[in-house]
Amino acid sequence: MYTLPRNLKLFSIVLIVLGLAGIIFGFLTTPKTIDDVKEIMAEQEGHHGEEHAVVTHGEENTANFVDEARGQEGYSDAAMEHATDLKPEGHGVASHEEHVLHQLQTRPWSATFVAAFFFMMIALGALVFYAIQYASSAGWSPVLYRIIEGITSYLLPGSVIVFLIVVFAGTHFYPWQNHELVADDKILQGKAGYLNFPFFLIRAVIYILGWNLYRYFSRKNSLAQAEANNYEPHRKNFKASVFFLIFFLLTEATMSWDWFMSMTPHWYSTLFAWYIFASMFVSAITVIALVTIHLKNMGLVPFVSDKHLHDLAKFMFAFSIFWTYLWFGQFMLIWYANIPEEVTYFIIRIQEYKVLFFGMLILNFVMPILVLMNSDYKRIPWFVVIAAVFILVGHYIDIFLLVMPSTVGHNWSFGIPEIAAFLFFMGLFIFIVGTGLGKVSLRPKNDPYIKESENYHF
Amino acid sequence: MASKKIHAIYTDDDLLLQAVKQTREANYHISEVFTPFPVHGLDHAVGLAPTRIAITSFIYGLIGLSVAVLMMNYMMIQDWPQNIGGKPSFTYYQNMPAFIPIMFELTVFFAAHLMVVTFYMRSKIWPFKKAENPDVRTTDDHFLVEIDVENHDVEKLTKFLYDTGASEISLIENEQDH
Repeated sequence: MYTLPRNLKLFSIVLIVLGLAGIIFGFLTTPKTIDDVKEIMAEQEGHHGEEHAVVTHGEENTANFVDEARGQEGYSDAAMEHATDLKPEGHGVASHEEHVLHQLQTRPWSATFVAAFFFMMIALGALVFYAIQYASSAGWSPVLYRIIEGITSYLLPGSVIVFLIVVFAGTHFYPWQNHELVADDKILQGKAGYLNFPFFLIRAVIYILGWNLYRYFSRKNSLAQAEANNYEPHRKNFKASVFFLIFFLLTEATMSWDWFMSMTPHWYSTLFAWYIFASMFVSAITVIALVTIHLKNMGLVPFVSDKHLHDLAKFMFAFSIFWTYLWFGQFMLIWYANIPEEVTYFIIRIQEYKVLFFGMLILNFVMPILVLMNSDYKRIPWFVVIAAVFILVGHYIDIFLLVMPSTVGHNWSFGIPEIAAFLFFMGLFIFIVGTGLGKVSLRPKNDPYIKESENYHF
Repeated sequence: MASKKIHAIYTDDDLLLQAVKQTREANYHISEVFTPFPVHGLDHAVGLAPTRIAITSFIYGLIGLSVAVLMMNYMMIQDWPQNIGGKPSFTYYQNMPAFIPIMFELTVFFAAHLMVVTFYMRSKIWPFKKAENPDVRTTDDHFLVEIDVENHDVEKLTKFLYDTGASEISLIENEQDH
């Protein structure tokens, strides 16, 4: 039996309290009126002069954009202008200050959403990994079932929070929810059959219901198997896992269109859903490895050997490369064709978020490759921990870059709202996963493959 | 080199693995083991050093990557930087996304092919090479362990091998190089 160590528990509670305070602070300190924005902008210009004037004057900034490579204005100008027009305030009488006001008000929402989704997707990815182990009748992983179940216990609170954020964010995230904007926009009218609020709400309910139901029943069957004298619960879990994987594949795709792609409703990409899935899956496996190492250090899982760690590290390595493959597949196709409707997505990310955008590639691709390439290193816990830190930080940035450029644009920064949201959800994650792990014995009994798994070596 | 060797034939891979362990414990020197298929754990039991072919492959991959970068940098950026469909051919990094598929493929190409060639050379395998098979049955269903007699007592060694479960034991004298 595992009990969350006292100091870790205290640590997580401190994180939750600090984080909550920071989140509230973030929401309270957003400018309320256009006058506030004017004040802020005047202050910034006063303090930093030229340097910041460019950042705050979004329109100038887009006007200044030239295709640096050719030294001439290209397609991209028109595209950038178009992209800023996407914002509800970009139209007609709305002033630049109003536009900035909207983005500044969105910032605490986005900061909270990034962290909330990041930790929710870890629990969800772990659940998918778990379902795959069942559906493929894996012989190596049954010793990890209780650990993975512990991690997925965060799914219920995590997904409810994410659900509440996407439902109540409204036009902060989703311009298509602004009726005045849709009335002026042919493209959004064309998409209104899919992008309308009631349908959006129904879909979101279906996602979190489906995911949480599978989590509930698989956990129940898995525990029932420990008491059973036949393999009936395992068979049920096998079937449930197969159907869950089909359900997940569909809902994950629509989830990423709903929650992320519709933040920029004029833009679309086909492999976007798989790209988000790759991010989700690799982070989840990384956290499974981290929790396993933590439990192993406490001496609670003597039946988990360094061979199991080796396999988890192989998954971390392989799916880091898979993520990079999808990232590059998306980036390169859009960069190569350079079609104005598509390329805006990357222009704003490269212009305003350059360090994060390319730094994330080093964290998510180069570091895991170098650290985890050697077969022996995959069995050394602290090597895996180093790689895990790179991967998790990298994928937090990845989610940050999915959301922030689409919602707050160039008015982003990394300050109290972002850090506080991250701390809050990390505290919540540690607390709930720690409690979830402590509910039952960590050794799955009676599983048909448990003996094979305990004697696993290669 | 005039030397005496003993060929002990086994008919089961579990028996073979056990016999190899016992032989090593008794401090007899196994010079070679012939099997019709890979026996899991045999290299460990015989005490072979782990292969370093993965390391060579990594180095070959880096060479392939360098070749790709140098080649394309010379051709597309240095030698004749044309404007092809508006792609920015001013510096290598500006046009890099277009080069990455080739960088990737050449890395894999070099890593794979040079590693295979290394394997052939280290294992001394090539076309028209004379097969070094002491007993044709070892490619079908028999396992053969070759032990150096050195200055051991042949009688005792034979008895020992018989006890490990060998089905045939033969003394090979003055065997020249294959």
